[in-house]
Amino acid sequence: MRVFEDQGHRRGTVVKGRLLPVLAVVAALFALWYVAVVPMNIREVLSSAEREGAVVTPSSAVERQQVGRIALVFMNLEHIGPSWSSDRSRLPSPHQVAREIWASTWDEEVNSRRGIVQTGSLSNRSLIHHGIITLSATVVGFLIGAGLGVLLAIGIVHNRAMDMSVMPWAIVSQTIPIVAIAPMIIVVLNAAGVQGLLPKAIISAYLSFFPVVVGMVKGLRTPDAMQLDQMKTWSAGQGAVLWKLRLPASVPYLFASLKIAIAASLVGTIVGELPVQRGGLGARMLAGSYYGNTEQIWAALFAAALMAAVLIWAVGWIERRTMRAMGGQP
Amino acid sequence: MTAAPAAVADSPPSVIEARALDLVFETGDGPVQALRDVNLSIGKGDFVSFIGPSGCGKTTFLRCIAGLEMPTGGTLSVNGMTPDEARRARAYGYVFQAAGLYPWRTIGGNVRLPLEIMGFSRAEQAERVARVLDLVDLAGFEKKYPWQLSGGMQQRASIARALAFDADILLMDEPFGALDEIVRDRLNEELLRLWDRTGKTIGFVTHSIPEAVYLSTRIVVMSPRPGRITDVIESPLPRERPLDIRDTPEFIEIAHRVREGLRAGHVDD
Repeated sequence: MRVFEDQGHRRGTVVKGRLLPVLAVVAALFALWYVAVVPMNIREVLSSAEREGAVVTPSSAVERQQVGRIALVFMNLEHIGPSWSSDRSRLPSPHQVAREIWASTWDEEVNSRRGIVQTGSLSNRSLIHHGIITLSATVVGFLIGAGLGVLLAIGIVHNRAMDMSVMPWAIVSQTIPIVAIAPMIIVVLNAAGVQGLLPKAIISAYLSFFPVVVGMVKGLRTPDAMQLDQMKTWSAGQGAVLWKLRLPASVPYLFASLKIAIAASLVGTIVGELPVQRGGLGARMLAGSYYGNTEQIWAALFAAALMAAVLIWAVGWIERRTMRAMGGQP
Repeated sequence: MTAAPAAVADSPPSVIEARALDLVFETGDGPVQALRDVNLSIGKGDFVSFIGPSGCGKTTFLRCIAGLEMPTGGTLSVNGMTPDEARRARAYGYVFQAAGLYPWRTIGGNVRLPLEIMGFSRAEQAERVARVLDLVDLAGFEKKYPWQLSGGMQQRASIARALAFDADILLMDEPFGALDEIVRDRLNEELLRLWDRTGKTIGFVTHSIPEAVYLSTRIVVMSPRPGRITDVIESPLPRERPLDIRDTPEFIEIAHRVREGLRAGHVDD
């Protein structure tokens, strides 16, 4: 029992010991971001200061084109104030992005006339609405991709012809840029009458099956010669070897690849949403870039990052539960 | 070769019969003669040890009996069948050097594994698991996971697993090789008791002279390059063997003869 207590204690200190460095890195990133905002937005800030009658150096926009951004910052230190609050910034400040996230989630749903409080359904302008669209396609695509990956790996391990032929094609499939193939998949499926969630899920599955194949082939092959001989002494068939030995032995490999796969699924879904433009975080990002609304792009980006973190955490949680059910050492 | 140990009444039918057995492995460096002209018959209820330096083919011979290797010449029969047929008829339980328990299964689950594969009913699985765990003194450990047990207990669990489906033959490939001397002594004692109670035919590979002499009714001394049998020693020791039998003159004399046999085999080197 003492061993368990010691480990629990150590785990506690690890969490405590980790918090400070993580916060320090986050703080440093935000500081860097705030600094970067100034040169990124300096031309627009100076132009609007000039319009309001202030004296800026150099005085005309044409002359300012010849000067570097950082030099402009140091020539006009007295005018950089609005950099962090301008409306149409190239790089919005963190607090502007935070305000946009708040406005497009809580504020939109609770206070706006399109929100769930007024209408009973999620507003089509809220990040929650678009997040759910992306999430559902991601999860469906992940399940298709992971299932396909496991089946292909089982085929590769059991069939020599598949062993020789499938892996090269799987590798080739991943060398094709997904942005190039995604619109084709959408168009072809659309012509076949398939619309909505499924085409995006298929693109998402296209990205997520690969890590599962690689991880599972490795995992299914971990049983050593002794374990396979042992199965042979019991006259076990291939099915029994697969169910009782290969699959349980591959579980740690499965979860390692599922974590990569679910992140890839999210990327695939977002790329799939770009050409469709019927909602989703990808559509939000593209709309933001059409209308020069960088705050919206960044808000959608953070929503996607948060979603990826939650999805990977969820896979990790299932992994911990599974390993415990499989008698893992605490 | 045909004489039965004194303790076993009337000449028992032979269970394992090898005649002029040859096995040549084709390797990258050319053929390697793993076994040459091996002749041996093992009677029902015998405890036969195979002893010799590494490369003498003792494990290879055991694997031939189990149908895990195919001999390239001669004949080998197990229970009157070819080794492959005997394997499919579940004629033997095989214990490897490593316990090889699945870490994701409890001790009970590990012992149940061959029973599940062989399609025993659930009730019979439970009954057999309880019985063989009791036989190896692991009753009460059914729900524990392998990592919660010592190496010796894990090996006992693997013996229970080999016994679970009631094969008449038990083949053991250096099962206690990785354990320390004290644990090994105790397991040897338990193995003898188990053999006495179950009446199994046991083939036991070892490289420890005291272990071979203490356990066996017959000791097969082998030597390498090519792997062959150099001596077969019938043990005059009684079936009932307390640990301190190892200090008796008879025991020391047999051990001496085994050592001589091993040394003779080494002259070739």
